Amino acid sequence: MIASVRAELLRLGRWPTTWVLCGTWLVLNLTFGYVFNYLSYRSDDGGGGFANQVSDGAPASTLLAQLMPDRVPVTLVQGMPMFGGALVLILGALAVGSGYGWGTWKTVFTTGPRRVTAMGGTLGALGIMLVGLVVVSFILDLVAAFTVAAAESQPTTWPTLADSAQGLGAGLLICAMWMAGGVMLGTLTRGPALAVGLGLVWSLVVENLLRGVAGLLGPLETVTNVLPGTAAGSIAGAIGAVVQSDPNGTPGVTTVLGGTAAALLLGGYLLAFLAASLALTARRDVTT
Amino acid sequence: MSEPILTTRDLTKRFGDRLAVDHVSLTVRRAEVYGFLGPNGAGKTTTLRMLLGLVRPTGGEATVLGHRPGSPDGLARIGALIEGPGFYPYLSGRDNLRVLARYAELGDVAVEAALELVDLTDRAGDKFRSYSLGMKQRLGVAAALLGDPELLILDEPTNGLDPSGMADMRDLIRALADQGQTVLLSSHLLGEVEQICDRVGVIAAGRLLTESTVADMRGQASLLVRADPMSTAREVAMGLVGAARVTAVDGTLRLSIGTERAAELNRTLVLAGVEVSEVRPLARTLEDAFFEMTNHAETNHEATNHEETTS
Repeated sequence: MIASVRAELLRLGRWPTTWVLCGTWLVLNLTFGYVFNYLSYRSDDGGGGFANQVSDGAPASTLLAQLMPDRVPVTLVQGMPMFGGALVLILGALAVGSGYGWGTWKTVFTTGPRRVTAMGGTLGALGIMLVGLVVVSFILDLVAAFTVAAAESQPTTWPTLADSAQGLGAGLLICAMWMAGGVMLGTLTRGPALAVGLGLVWSLVVENLLRGVAGLLGPLETVTNVLPGTAAGSIAGAIGAVVQSDPNGTPGVTTVLGGTAAALLLGGYLLAFLAASLALTARRDVTT
Repeated sequence: MSEPILTTRDLTKRFGDRLAVDHVSLTVRRAEVYGFLGPNGAGKTTTLRMLLGLVRPTGGEATVLGHRPGSPDGLARIGALIEGPGFYPYLSGRDNLRVLARYAELGDVAVEAALELVDLTDRAGDKFRSYSLGMKQRLGVAAALLGDPELLILDEPTNGLDPSGMADMRDLIRALADQGQTVLLSSHLLGEVEQICDRVGVIAAGRLLTESTVADMRGQASLLVRADPMSTAREVAMGLVGAARVTAVDGTLRLSIGTERAAELNRTLVLAGVEVSEVRPLARTLEDAFFEMTNHAETNHEATNHEETTS
């Protein structure tokens, strides 16, 4: 397994797509987490204009508080249920699906490792990259928060160790679940395009539509409450991210489920996606 | 005769209603170059995929180097190139091999050795996507050679190579066999198979039609005789070599005898008053034998399908 992880780290590490997607997340995270909010805070003159478009009239003190270092664990996670999740889903789908298009799975499977070991190598390498991505995001968020605090002469309070662990853990769980979903779709469709398309439509469109319809059809609510996106949004909501329904809320964040239930559900989805990917890889004929 | 290292018995694969491979039983022996011949769509690649564990058989069984197909222990001793090279387009040729070497727990020395063997060292740093078809094919063979495997399974290895590249590839395959490596080579290029293979198996419409040495498959050479009068020439020839060995075809005689008897035949005919205008060897090529067999098989296959449809 270690040999397979090393092989996959080499090829994923040199894949421009990996860096483009990870870089996009880091830029989006900083832009929506700090840049826009800080610009909004700085231009908040109590009138209209740019400030109100972004903060929807939130008091300046509230905006500034959200930019302080002790809020970094929340800021890190708040964008993951929807945008971060979508990006890592794309990465997972492309990392696995492209191998069928290029014929590289065929080459790898005839090189020696068991199919499950080879797929385990991909999952392991993606997992390592995911840990790196979340940690780098956290560090960049800390840098941004301390910069804002220094610029605004605010006291610099570090996030507590417990809050940091909670934020990092929640972020990892959300991203791992979406990435595993992408891997499963890439395996299922044996190609990158359909896997990415289906994944994005599900995570960005279908779940939101279902939640909308659930307001009209009561029984459907039971289903929407246990969807992957609901679980991801709920864990972000549980650690303090502002829910979507709030004027200053973040898309995808909700409090439908409690933190523990959301974490368990996310873990369940993660395991189910991984198990399905491994089972499909092990059992199906490789004809491309 | 060396030991068999790859055997299949009644190996069968069905994709839905289509029978791609139909009870194929073949044997590949150690250190031989085995040519797996067949027209496009005959079932060659599907058979090779089954031998590598990429596709599971619907029926029958196979043993490769003492293991079931797809077993990691077996695959570690096999090098394969199946249906064109599959590599990461954004990586260089060298890095593609390094990825595979890591999977196989081999070092960079093995990578450089494989690149050297296929004469790709100079361009090894270029991206795979920038390679010509021939270079991609050579990288595929390099990947198959990683780790010095006992058995090479090569599916149309000369596809996309220019004549010089094809000759180099044939030399490489022959040299590998001379060093003791076994090669199972699928191809529809009869000349290629004739030049480098020790034995051949011919597959058509999913069925293995024959398995023999190249010489046996070609059959005995014959002599073509053009003479006048033909009736006298035929009688004289039948008296000399036996009636069973003489056939009249399109105003000529075909004698199933070797060229060493050509002078004797010519002299006998002339002494019998026959004017001999041509005596020449008529070698039956592998191509003749191949088309004879595959056309026959395809006709039978179509007839069987027709019967199944009408019944």
